[in-house]
Amino acid sequence: MMHFLLLFSRQGKLRLQKWFTPIPEREKKKIVRDMTTMVLGRKPRSCNFLHWKDLKIVYKKYASLYFCCGLDAEENELLALEVLHRYVELLDKYFGNVCELDIIFNFEKAYFILDEFLLGGEVQETSKQVVSRSIEASDMLQEVSERPCSR
Amino acid sequence: MSPSVRLQEMIRVIRGARTQGEERGVIQRECAAIRAQFRQADNGTRSHNLAKLLYVHMLGYPAHFGQMECVRLIASPRYNEKRVGYLGAMMLLDEKQDASLLITNSIKNDLSHSSQYVQSLALCTLGCMGSAEMCRDLAPEIDRLLRASNSYIKKKAALCAVHIVRKVPELGELFTPASRSLLSEKNHGVLHGAVVLITELCERNPETLEQFRKAVPELVQIMKGLVMSGYSPEHNVAGISDPFLQVRILRLLRILGRNNETASDAVNDLLAQVATNTDSSKTAGSAVLYETVLTVMDIKSESGLRVLAVNILGRFLLNNDRNIRYISMTSLQKIVQTDHNAVQRHRGTIVDCLKDQDASVKRRALELSLALVSAVNIRSLMKELLLFLSSCPPELRAHTTSGIFNAAERYAPSQRWHIDTILHVLTTAGGDVRDETVPNLIQLITTATELHCYTVHKLYRALIADISVQSLVQVACWCIGEYGDLLLRGECEETEPVQVAEDDVLDALETVLQSHMSSPATRGFALTATMKLSTRITHNVDRIRSIVSIYGSCIDVELQQRAVEYNALFKKYDHMRYPALSTTALGPVSSTAGGDLLDLLGGLDVTPGETRSYHVTRPGKTLGPNYRLFMTFVSHSHPPQSVQLQMKAPSGDVIPAHGLGQVTQTVLLNNPNKVSLKMRVRVCYTSQDFVCQDTVQIDSFPSPAW
Repeated sequence: MMHFLLLFSRQGKLRLQKWFTPIPEREKKKIVRDMTTMVLGRKPRSCNFLHWKDLKIVYKKYASLYFCCGLDAEENELLALEVLHRYVELLDKYFGNVCELDIIFNFEKAYFILDEFLLGGEVQETSKQVVSRSIEASDMLQEVSERPCSR
Repeated sequence: MSPSVRLQEMIRVIRGARTQGEERGVIQRECAAIRAQFRQADNGTRSHNLAKLLYVHMLGYPAHFGQMECVRLIASPRYNEKRVGYLGAMMLLDEKQDASLLITNSIKNDLSHSSQYVQSLALCTLGCMGSAEMCRDLAPEIDRLLRASNSYIKKKAALCAVHIVRKVPELGELFTPASRSLLSEKNHGVLHGAVVLITELCERNPETLEQFRKAVPELVQIMKGLVMSGYSPEHNVAGISDPFLQVRILRLLRILGRNNETASDAVNDLLAQVATNTDSSKTAGSAVLYETVLTVMDIKSESGLRVLAVNILGRFLLNNDRNIRYISMTSLQKIVQTDHNAVQRHRGTIVDCLKDQDASVKRRALELSLALVSAVNIRSLMKELLLFLSSCPPELRAHTTSGIFNAAERYAPSQRWHIDTILHVLTTAGGDVRDETVPNLIQLITTATELHCYTVHKLYRALIADISVQSLVQVACWCIGEYGDLLLRGECEETEPVQVAEDDVLDALETVLQSHMSSPATRGFALTATMKLSTRITHNVDRIRSIVSIYGSCIDVELQQRAVEYNALFKKYDHMRYPALSTTALGPVSSTAGGDLLDLLGGLDVTPGETRSYHVTRPGKTLGPNYRLFMTFVSHSHPPQSVQLQMKAPSGDVIPAHGLGQVTQTVLLNNPNKVSLKMRVRVCYTSQDFVCQDTVQIDSFPSPAW
């Protein structure tokens, strides 16, 4: 399973953090610090896999954002790259040519999309269209419920 | 102004802050406003205030005062409020917070909500942060949803069940029946969830594993369908139909086929098919191939299939993509012991990877190369390893040198080659070798009697070229002291003749003594060597006497003591000088302060009868923070039939670093015919992540032993 997924910028600013195991707040901060240091310190053409404690770390840079996840030792690293890529595609479809600012100003949407794609650290839906359609429907429902006359 | 814009406005203001202090000020004001809003009655802005708080939380500021608000929002009938409430719960509440229990009831209600999107929120939250207690409470609900709901809910319920089983393994039994029937679903999301759930159940319960072996044919069918199907736009990734599902099925088949002939047989054909039909030009295909290879190697596959799998890994080694080269090597590392010959075929490519730019790839290539060394390839492979050593990254040098020494010790084709190799390593990376390299090398040189002349010439030349590498200088000094006469004689079969005068040699030793680069231990070697030369040279004994007497008043106490003793040898005990300083005879394994691998201590139990026991202790090494040792076996070399050997269990299997402890293993040798014995001891251990081996030969036991 995936233990955590982090998105951070080139300057190490955190843009999204999803934790799939219960970890105390202080330790979360330490993990984030460790990940940003390790990943930002990598040379440009290194491979995308690292070892950290007993986890495999898979990361990929998309424009100005680093997508970094921590996996159990028996996970397939190449597939993890595909998972990260799928999430980026979903964000891209939703925001239309997604950029870092979209994720900053609409962070809650980024989480909602993630929650339609992963659950409990595992992939829950393998079809891009199904995920996109679910998000659209949820957004519609949200819009309806926000109207003052609805109950 | 719509509340949502206010959230974005706040984000803009925070980002506009020019200093950390300014940011803190803005956030303090916002949090105060949010707190005030929370205390008020429902005014339709609660969800937006919580969203603001969540943003602030992500920046690293405390947000615990929002926990109760999450609980309230989750209980709201409005979807927009529930959505943010559940998001807040996943971010602010984990199972360690008391407030998390308060949402159990809301989750329970929402699991049966009429809207599937509300159900989805509840399932997602439970699957993300549900505590053991919540899981126990809600498991029956999840089971119900697994059986009777639409595919959107079923797939989420399946993963929720996975989380529950991870938290409360006994509940696995509850989900087993439902998960079996999920395998007949067509929906990929549900199938994927079902496979993940079944994998989790099988990993935790051997009986469940046994049950699900019957599902292997069904899984094979599903997999075949995916591999042979035509283009499916909904699930296609770079020409592969649903690689996520394919990989999970392969992993489940691996677990079911492990140690089971029948199950392994049933999947042989499928694995061959996937291995040959999958297009690996993109990552998705490579991911599937990778999982296939792992499965082939882990179950009881036919040998032809295993060779195919290793060849796929070999092909991966040549891939342009660094990631694929890396995972190829980690996989080869796992199988290099069991499928040694198959991996040997790819040795050339592996050795080429030593030159890769990426440090992780280099490291893997080094591990594999060391594992592939054999008597057949030792000469060519050692050339590559020595080449690697001259340019390898500093963090790998220590490991490389010890790997080279081990390989040389095991497979040296000749003593001269062995000595040359060690000297080469010392000249290239002498600062990164282990402490016992010096005594080991001295031992080796001593036993290579025909090569004394060659060795002393070579070491002398190395010494006059460079005196900075302490290990090399120490061995050189020792050698010159021992065999100085051979050096001065001038002729040597194996190297070009060169005239070395006594003064030259003494000059070299004095340079070492006086150099600030020389460590105290090195100076000790040099002084002793100088002293020994007094019995090997003819003209310059006075010079030696004066050198020795100078050091009689040296600040270094150790050196001073030595010098004083040598002085005494000159003055009062001159008749003993020659016998005391003559060439060392061959002896058994010596123990040194550096921590020789094996140390035969006294500990002889003299009991009636003919059994003697020896306590073999292994002093704790001083390298590295995580040093683990497994002393695996002791082997006789050519044991005579009358001798019996019994090994007791070691006293422990971990040696703490920094000499903080030791492990003792007792070996009982029964030698009724009092045959003279030699013993070779091999110790296998892991240090950090590397598997290492050391071998020592014991040529003679103390004579009262038998």
